Amino acid sequence: MIEIKNLHAKIGGKEILKGLNLEVKAGEIHAIMGPNGAGKSTLASVLAGREDYEVTKGSVDFDGADLLDLATEDRAREGLFLAFQYPIEIPGVSNINFLRTAINEIREYKKEDPISAKDFMALVREKSKLVELDSKLASRSVNEGFSGGEKKRNEIFQMAMLNPKLAILDETDSGLDIDALRVVANGVNMLKSNDNATIVITHYQRLLDHIVPDFVHVLYDGKIVKTGGKELALELEEKGYDWIKEELAN
Amino acid sequence: MNVIIPKKAELASKLEATTIPVSSEDKQLALEVIEKTPLPTTRTEAWKYTRVARIGKIAFTNQQAKIKSSIEKYIIDFSAATLVFVNGHFEKELSSDNLPEGVSWNLLSALDVLPKTKLKLENEIFNSLNTAHLTDGIQLTVAPNIVVEQPIQILHILKGTKVISNFKVLVNAEKSSQASIIQGYFSEEGENKFCNVISEINVAENATLSIDKIQYEDEHSFHISTEEVSQECNSLFTMNTSTLNGGLVRNNLHINVIGENCNSILNGIYLTKDKQHVDNHTIVNHVAAHCESHELYKGVMDDKSTAVFNGKVFVRPDAQKINAFQSNGNVLLSDDATVNSKPELEIYADDVKCSHGSTTGQLDEEALFYLRARGLSKHSAHQLMVSAFIGEVLDMFKNKNVRSYIDALLQERFGWE
Repeated sequence: MIEIKNLHAKIGGKEILKGLNLEVKAGEIHAIMGPNGAGKSTLASVLAGREDYEVTKGSVDFDGADLLDLATEDRAREGLFLAFQYPIEIPGVSNINFLRTAINEIREYKKEDPISAKDFMALVREKSKLVELDSKLASRSVNEGFSGGEKKRNEIFQMAMLNPKLAILDETDSGLDIDALRVVANGVNMLKSNDNATIVITHYQRLLDHIVPDFVHVLYDGKIVKTGGKELALELEEKGYDWIKEELAN
Repeated sequence: MNVIIPKKAELASKLEATTIPVSSEDKQLALEVIEKTPLPTTRTEAWKYTRVARIGKIAFTNQQAKIKSSIEKYIIDFSAATLVFVNGHFEKELSSDNLPEGVSWNLLSALDVLPKTKLKLENEIFNSLNTAHLTDGIQLTVAPNIVVEQPIQILHILKGTKVISNFKVLVNAEKSSQASIIQGYFSEEGENKFCNVISEINVAENATLSIDKIQYEDEHSFHISTEEVSQECNSLFTMNTSTLNGGLVRNNLHINVIGENCNSILNGIYLTKDKQHVDNHTIVNHVAAHCESHELYKGVMDDKSTAVFNGKVFVRPDAQKINAFQSNGNVLLSDDATVNSKPELEIYADDVKCSHGSTTGQLDEEALFYLRARGLSKHSAHQLMVSAFIGEVLDMFKNKNVRSYIDALLQERFGWE
């Protein structure tokens, strides 16, 4: 699905990613954990194509395409989805209208016919139910006046609508109460299939009780320094990151 | 000592004095003003950001002309009664035979004498030019107590090189009447053409009048339009101005609120590109108490285009209990686009609620990234953001046909879908 090799990236002259390697196969869920400032969100931003970041070295192969060579929108059209850590409010732009435009531009890119209004509305009804998003919210301006939990649910709703190959959830669990967390996790689990994959970036093991990862990686100082199964997350929750730093120092 | 003699403008040099029965006093004064008044320069406060020197160097003429394309494409609202003018001359064959019941009309050329103008002529070369060289125009009267459902649209098409149309619209909405008027300004071929239009509008006691104005002349056109409105007590007046094309466009919208308990609504959008220049000057003059005015203008400028917004609200000493709100927002899409925004309030009464504000910025990069990360092209993301921005103004337009026509023009000119 995605193969990241020796990825180096900097912002404003400061190197954040320093040779990151990661491979995710179809059907897998990977969790990336790590202390603040390790480069977790930078990784998400670089993969989604945020222009503030400069990739200085390395390669990313996304299902045969050179991801770093694609514009942001083409990455999305190839099936990459980023659930934002801080979903932005866009007053006046309707959630529904913009999603229909997005779906149709993705279809056009794949040389498919546009979705009919009827099919689109049916899809909206089905997917908003999945994340328990009030259908009124679905038709409002993007995230405008949404609570923190509603914004995150809206991210998963959009993910469900776009049905990506690879979803990257950037701290989607931060700031959610346990009910909202359960809804978000439930949505992710329902969308999981053998053909898609998920990268979950998180601070907390708590989310991983609900979204069970196949692999847990520790990102530290711009690199993946340790990889294990889901039990690694429990160990990190209990002991923090100092022991990993010590391990590295030795 | 050197005496600087102001250079006389060329613009009227080839024009004959009007044969329309303008009041002789107005005509005499207007001719004198043209003779002795140079064009305003950027040293004139009201023209600080708009250079009109180019207009002064052209010796304009006026001719009748026939339009090439079918009138259909200029029809803004197919449900409306239509009056068509080309270069200021009435086109009977292209116009509706009848106006709705309760609306009477006359061509200005058919009147015995025009009412004396309410506009200032001294030092005002464009007002004087319109008065002394008036091409033709229309007088509309809405009878008292009549509610006119069908809109009346006045379409003006400018055609030909160095052609000028000094066009005039007189509207009298009588007591307790209700009507809506659409004004559309378009153009066909020709360089350096000039539409110089004046509307004098009276909204009588308890009357409701709304005007939707669409300006879509091409980039080789000059357009100066002045609306002089008076509102008597308990009246409601709405003016929606949409400037979507035109080389140099200047709008002067003056509303004199002389009666109590009036409501004045001024909405405007302007979208510019290439080297266009669009200038909106508005004045709301609150003379009487217990009135409200709401003004919202928004603009989006691309390429090397320039826009000006100057909105003035006066609250005179006797105008207590006034609520006057004014807001202007601008988005610049390119590094070379410019806007000069100047909201002004002058308050001489002490029990009023007034606010004004002006913002200028670029589209939110973070929002654009968000939309693109969902698969939208840069173009679609821009368009969605811009249309959300001006949508706040367009949502105020009550006539849905006008709204659809504007959407179609946005598609034609800016590639919106």
